[in-house]
Amino acid sequence: MKRFPWEKRILKPVVFAGALAPLFGLLWQAYAGTFSANPIKDITEETGIWTLRFLLITLSVTPLRIITRWSPIGSLRRMLGLFAFFYACLHLATYVYLDQYFAFHDIFRDIAKRPFITAGVAAFALMIPLALTSPNRVVRWLGGGRWKALHRIVYAVALGGVIHYLWLVKADRSRPLMYGAVLAVLLLIRLWVYFRSTRTPARRNSGGDAST
Amino acid sequence: MLIRRAGDIVSSEITPEHLYINRRAFMRSASLAGIGLASQLLLPERLFAQDRWPRGKKGPYDTDEESNSYKDITTYNNFYEFGVDKSDPADNSAGFRPKPWSVKVEGEVRKPAAYNLEDFVKPFRLEDRIYRMRCVEGWSMVIPWRGFPLADLVKKVEPTSRAKYVAFETIFRPEEMQGQKRSVLQWPYVEGLRMDEALNPLTLLAVGLYGKELPNQNGAPLRLVVPWKYGFKGIKSIVKIKFLQSQPPTSWNISAPEEYGFYSNVNPDVDHPRWSQKTERRIGEFFRRKTLMFNGYGDQVASLYSGMDLKRNF
Repeated sequence: MKRFPWEKRILKPVVFAGALAPLFGLLWQAYAGTFSANPIKDITEETGIWTLRFLLITLSVTPLRIITRWSPIGSLRRMLGLFAFFYACLHLATYVYLDQYFAFHDIFRDIAKRPFITAGVAAFALMIPLALTSPNRVVRWLGGGRWKALHRIVYAVALGGVIHYLWLVKADRSRPLMYGAVLAVLLLIRLWVYFRSTRTPARRNSGGDAST
Repeated sequence: MLIRRAGDIVSSEITPEHLYINRRAFMRSASLAGIGLASQLLLPERLFAQDRWPRGKKGPYDTDEESNSYKDITTYNNFYEFGVDKSDPADNSAGFRPKPWSVKVEGEVRKPAAYNLEDFVKPFRLEDRIYRMRCVEGWSMVIPWRGFPLADLVKKVEPTSRAKYVAFETIFRPEEMQGQKRSVLQWPYVEGLRMDEALNPLTLLAVGLYGKELPNQNGAPLRLVVPWKYGFKGIKSIVKIKFLQSQPPTSWNISAPEEYGFYSNVNPDVDHPRWSQKTERRIGEFFRRKTLMFNGYGDQVASLYSGMDLKRNF
């Protein structure tokens, strides 16, 4: 931390504010009245797509750190991951409150019967343990190895998010497939780093941590 | 001019326009439900301010529900020829030229012909019809169309006894319809009706909306409106009407046969494989409402399907 004093003072607050921009965008649209004729759908889609975007942004932190060898970026990972969870909460709340208005009978039937909702809810459920184990104290209590193993769940979360999106579109699958392609690239980078480091263990040096 | 005076009293001749613009609060119901603050913040009244269609003389087929605003009806559309987002048709259709326009009537008819649109429409008496429109995606609107019954056209062109179906085709003009440059659906868009569905007095060929000419994003200059079926049956920008012996292919059925059938009647008891059709959100309302069998037009159309298994013939 001491090596990057500006990171805590400038980088993190700037990224934090930027990560709130989609939320303020929605609030502004509500205030200015610029939603479409179906505001609830707009809010659902916007919070959903930002959940997926923050998942992919979070997953690109480690590859970026490896490629750029710029370590301060690594300190943003937890915050970005928690923003993914934040937007996922807003997305789920939009569905439960604005869309379904707490019609839990219908909601549970949806979860059981509609594959795209099943995938989405499963991905959300898998995010909960990751969010709960993000404070430093919990990480220490778990121990680095177990924390790392647990947090590999994020790959399943991102995959669940892409599948959720893919299964809900009517005919044009190009956008969900694009997000899927980005996820595939992020996972392939990890595979590549992993194989490179296992083949030449002696030369493993800077930031070859492929697992997170 | 294409849009001539409708047969019945045109409502806009009764009340000056500025008097019937009617601001209507929407959040009433949500605040009643006691979720005041958050929803007031998220959904202020002005979001749902509506310029309502004035209530004129009510025709026998009109719903007495309030119409959605002209703005809602013309900015929230599914018209994949202009793009897949709801805002795309309004955003991308300005360069579309609905004039001049010609319509071909062919197939099993005694009087096949190609008409320019003015001649095509001229013989018929235009009517204003306020219909519910239920989209297969689970939302609905109330729309004041202007048009004439398809049945009037069918009688005029004299189908042969072999004609059992009517097929429709949208124009293919990718240089003006950018969505047609990508094969999201198979172009041109095609739709069809059984002859008795085509002859039902509810089935409308629309040329206008809110008493004005049909805007490009709503299917200018000529579209089909079949209010008891999901919205995608209402094929837009029609250039061909063909009478056939056998059931014609339909675009969404080609795209996903297990999800969209030929009939596609609004039916709360037959879910879309991926989502429920039991409820719908009326655009401008907060609470979902129950979807009605045949979109509430059962009295007029249920008899068309008596004895049919509507789960199989979805």
